Amino acid sequence: MVDLSVDIGGLTLKNPIMPASGTFSEELSEVFDLELLGAHVTKTITRGLRDGNPTPRVCEVNGSMLNSIGIPSKGVGAFLEKVVPFYRQYETPLVVSISGNTEEEFATLCAEVSVDGVDAVEVNISCPNIEEDGKAFAIRPSSTASVMRQLRAATSLPLWAKLTPNTGETSEVARAAEDEGANALVVSNTLLSMSIDVRTRRPMLGNLMGGLSGPGLKPVALRMAYQCARATRIPVIGCGGVSTVEDVVEYLIAGATAVQVGTATFIHPTIMPRLISELELWVENEGLRSVRDLIGSVIDDEQAEAVVFMEAAP
Amino acid sequence: MVALDKIDPRAEMPAAKIAELDLQVLANTPVNSEYRQLILRAPKDLLESCRAGQFFHLLCPDAGGEHPYLRRPMSIYGYYPDRGELHFLYKVTGRGTRALGELVPGDALGVVGPLGVPFRIESDWRNLVLVARGVGLATLAPLALEAQRRGIRVTAICSARHPDYLMSIDNFRAMGADVVTITDAEGTSSTQNLRAILEDLVAGGAADALYTCGSNRMLKVVQQVARDHDIAGQIALEQQMACGIGMCHCCVRPFRRDGVIANLRVCREGPVFAIEEAIAW
Repeated sequence: MVDLSVDIGGLTLKNPIMPASGTFSEELSEVFDLELLGAHVTKTITRGLRDGNPTPRVCEVNGSMLNSIGIPSKGVGAFLEKVVPFYRQYETPLVVSISGNTEEEFATLCAEVSVDGVDAVEVNISCPNIEEDGKAFAIRPSSTASVMRQLRAATSLPLWAKLTPNTGETSEVARAAEDEGANALVVSNTLLSMSIDVRTRRPMLGNLMGGLSGPGLKPVALRMAYQCARATRIPVIGCGGVSTVEDVVEYLIAGATAVQVGTATFIHPTIMPRLISELELWVENEGLRSVRDLIGSVIDDEQAEAVVFMEAAP
Repeated sequence: MVALDKIDPRAEMPAAKIAELDLQVLANTPVNSEYRQLILRAPKDLLESCRAGQFFHLLCPDAGGEHPYLRRPMSIYGYYPDRGELHFLYKVTGRGTRALGELVPGDALGVVGPLGVPFRIESDWRNLVLVARGVGLATLAPLALEAQRRGIRVTAICSARHPDYLMSIDNFRAMGADVVTITDAEGTSSTQNLRAILEDLVAGGAADALYTCGSNRMLKVVQQVARDHDIAGQIALEQQMACGIGMCHCCVRPFRRDGVIANLRVCREGPVFAIEEAIAW
């Protein structure tokens, strides 16, 4: 029997497989037993009501997906009243994803969701739809540091900072989040993208642009997960295009302590429990006792820092 | 009349369990120049959990040069627990349905379902009226089957551009339905004529409930007749979907509910809605 448990900044997960925010909800309990998962991560909420973006909200592109859902939210009240109690029936840790338009609103919400039954707060400082022109806190180290400072002051729960690939300063942003008290980094959110119907000449998404997710995003997010693991001492949770057990193992070898599975659940709703059993088998077949033995085992021949933290294609 | 929003159609269903599995293709044949019928072999317990109005989320194959990534939602055309068959009727229009068209007997097709809120048939309803056009005929067909199983009378008003595209008429007749056909080519498909047909049925006491799918114009007429005569009406709606289960909030449409215009998920709060909630598109 191999050990699949991992530690994310003091929070022990029975296995390193969890859903990515926005691709998971109570409804999935009708498909499989949610107790199997390493953690539960809820869809990002905002303090107030949000309607979300105009449709179409998703489109497919070459084996991947673009979305601009726009974080429809029923607000913090409904969330605390209905969603948190649902997940209390499980032993599995509950991670609540939040977002805000301003630092103050963000921090207030962070305090409001720090209630019994919530084990960590994932702060979505990266959603490309929410700020004007796709800008987000995690694009720059300074805005990352500033918002993380306020969030840190607002809760004693572990804080997971969800980073964005829409930055040229990955390691600096990661270090800024770590310096201001992040307990883990989720790497990453979607990549700002666009698709146009060449017949109608109209953008495929109602919001013009959206976030790329799925297999097409994986090499980008994997590169970032590697850089973040090298740049900081806090756990990294890989997120982006995980669809097979090889993808899980690849993220762990790159330095991630756990992974989030997102778009793959839309294609195969039972993918997460399958990945857990396949990971167990993989670790066993490798002759390892613990999945932790894979973490950060990439052989990168002690490359120079300039190569490790490169921000342009060589 | 019982207020529609007070009824949860799921309440009378067995514990809803959503399955993800591969089913074997038994047949995939053209019905006319536009539509094809797909027949899958399915386990009895899966078929017994199906209800008219529900849908499956299909993993269209990489075939014919098409590589659809997302699943495609498709309403159930027929479910036969005794024969172990699940039927779909689809129009080849895009990447997903072109790929579906390539399936041959013996192939496997990944399905997730059954999904969504089904049509509701109240126990005291004796006469159902179905109003459908195009692929809406497929969605309403299993309702006629369910009505037949319960010994309820059905009138099916089938609309199409041309008599050649009137699918499912034989199917509806085989299920004991009275079939009324209206077509553009014959000049019988106008909203005025549809309205007159419905008014006649209402006047003759042959319309305890109205069901529709597949046409904006029909929605408006059915909505009006339902309101004027205080008859329960239901509509099945379509929307592009990603997850099909309720997680992604991609398939929302605006509805009139609880005195406001609310974005509801077609996959979860629907695809069947009370006719008065629907907003013409």
